[in-house]
Amino acid sequence: MDLLIAFLASTAGAATPLVLAAMGELIAERAGVINLGVEGMMLIGAVTGFSVTLATGHIGLGLFAAMVAGVAASLIFAFLVLTLQANQVATGLALTLFGIGFSAFEGRSLLGQTVTPLPHLQIPVLSDLPFLGPLLFRFDILVYLSVLVVLAASWILARTRLGLIIRAVGESPRSAHAIGVPVIGLRYGAVLFGGAMAGVAGAYLSVSLTPMWVEGMTAGRGWIAVAQVVFATWKPRGILIGAYLFGGVTVLQFQGQAMGLTVPSEFLSMLPYLATIAVLVIIGRNPRTILLNRPMSLGQNFRPDS
Amino acid sequence: MSILEPRAEPSRRMVLAAPLIAAVAMLLTGSLVFLALGQAPLHAFAVFFLEPLSTAYGVGELFLKATPLILCGVGLALAFRANVQNIGADGQLTMGAIAAGCVALAFPREHAFWLLPLMLLAGALAGMAWAAIPAFLRTRFHTNEILVSLMLVYVAYLLLSYLVHGPLRDPEGFNFPQSQMFAPAALLPLLVDGLRVNLAFPLSLVAVIASWFFCQRSLAGFRMQVSGMAPAAATYAGFSEKGNVWLAFLASGALAGIAGVGEVAGPIGQLQPTVSPGYGFAAIIVAYVGRLHPLGVLLASLLMSLLYLGGETAQINLQLPSAITGLFQGLLLFYLLAADVFIRYRLKPRRAVPVTATENAQAAAPQGSGA
Repeated sequence: MDLLIAFLASTAGAATPLVLAAMGELIAERAGVINLGVEGMMLIGAVTGFSVTLATGHIGLGLFAAMVAGVAASLIFAFLVLTLQANQVATGLALTLFGIGFSAFEGRSLLGQTVTPLPHLQIPVLSDLPFLGPLLFRFDILVYLSVLVVLAASWILARTRLGLIIRAVGESPRSAHAIGVPVIGLRYGAVLFGGAMAGVAGAYLSVSLTPMWVEGMTAGRGWIAVAQVVFATWKPRGILIGAYLFGGVTVLQFQGQAMGLTVPSEFLSMLPYLATIAVLVIIGRNPRTILLNRPMSLGQNFRPDS
Repeated sequence: MSILEPRAEPSRRMVLAAPLIAAVAMLLTGSLVFLALGQAPLHAFAVFFLEPLSTAYGVGELFLKATPLILCGVGLALAFRANVQNIGADGQLTMGAIAAGCVALAFPREHAFWLLPLMLLAGALAGMAWAAIPAFLRTRFHTNEILVSLMLVYVAYLLLSYLVHGPLRDPEGFNFPQSQMFAPAALLPLLVDGLRVNLAFPLSLVAVIASWFFCQRSLAGFRMQVSGMAPAAATYAGFSEKGNVWLAFLASGALAGIAGVGEVAGPIGQLQPTVSPGYGFAAIIVAYVGRLHPLGVLLASLLMSLLYLGGETAQINLQLPSAITGLFQGLLLFYLLAADVFIRYRLKPRRAVPVTATENAQAAAPQGSGA
């Protein structure tokens, strides 16, 4: 029982970076821009968040700096893709490769150091409840915020004028442009939002989950976040389901041995990657699922005056 | 308001100039980085780019490190031309290394001539098998090949890690996670005594020439490129889209697998937890910078190899972080993508004269007649 509670509780920690990064990517994709640089932006966020936290001793500042760094990284991508009309797939790959290089370079003096991780909440009474306490009321603040972000994004996309405009730009930038929507400006906003979220997601890894900097510490989580958006069929609530599912799979590799699994740890570590492939196969098996839900203009550049 | 306007036709000059512009821009940014690290830029450049080539040994290293980049880069260039986004070359390379390693370790005392060819074959097949997974899933289940090929990179890394920590660990290796050293017959012969560059380098040149022939002179190569450039035209002409995906993945997977053999049967000489410092990813940059052309890939590989060597030299001589290599690689690709814009667009000239009444009338005319 204790093992099960520990397993479920640590699932939230593993899921949170995925929730944040995938949510940011989802908004960018709903506006028609696919950014494959999530992995790179997460790494930049992780190294920035960690180094600022280490220098100032203030996690809030670290997380804010990570957000700014994520925005800055996504600004490079946005400028190349939206202003200079570069290919989205190639530019996203470039951002990931740049992020790997940049974070290794920036993080060279941070190796082996640690910070005090983000504190977990202690709500009187609630946190001390048996079973429900550790399961719902003892996480750090970002776990709750990430869920809030998803709920807010879901509401904004479905119920507000801004959401309608984002969806219109993603489905048909030409029509949106024709009725006076600043397509490029809106796409800039969506991509930068994605960068901010990826930056925080990366920093969550380095100041809360592990709390230290390790080269390439995202280990493909940025890519899994991109896959999550497909798995969620571009709907925010799907992100929560997918991320917590994958969080559970990730935790298996740490808790698996404690739970008595005798499989070598490397095979347990493969699970998130294999699960991602499995999920993509399940979603892709019926091409209509993708065709019906994918933003029509995804991956295509738009030039207002051509 | 856009600052760009389309050219009447793509600029052929910019196609060739863009990589050079990108390289120069990378060097300029690099000098800022050197300045920020408290180095005199010119001296740092000399250490970074010239010193590695000042000895015969260094030149040998240049070709040695270029070899996996050429092999992977040629394969990726083929795939990208077919519009197949294989970005998992590092995983295919790792699988090639594992397969070759298994063959070598199965015959630890074998001196026969067939051992090396068998290793190369096993490596190529393993790379193909690993690349066949995203090919199969894309053609059968419409699965995104970018994500699948990338996920398989991590799976391959973990498989190698499991093998060298477990079944293939050298029993007399003091518990280090590595296999036995390969027998001399399982190592690629060196080209020149005293240098580490080996037979894999000429093999990679063969791959360059073969891929050039395939693209320029064969029907299959023609089909593949049409499928990439104009999928609708390819379908209309009856070219198989699935065949195209399979061919692109198998070819690039085989070449990456051979690159893996070249590493473990070359400079490494055994299986280790890591067999590639990300050659498969650097090869993506190589393919783009080389304009997806075999000869371009060859040149870009030499440049990229120099970046690796320069990083090492700068670490030893200037105590600069070797991670600077990754930073430069990323910058190079960013600048290339930015410069590529000017193949299809040019900067909009500033209008000196205000728009005249006649031009306004002309602009309005088509709308008027339409109504």
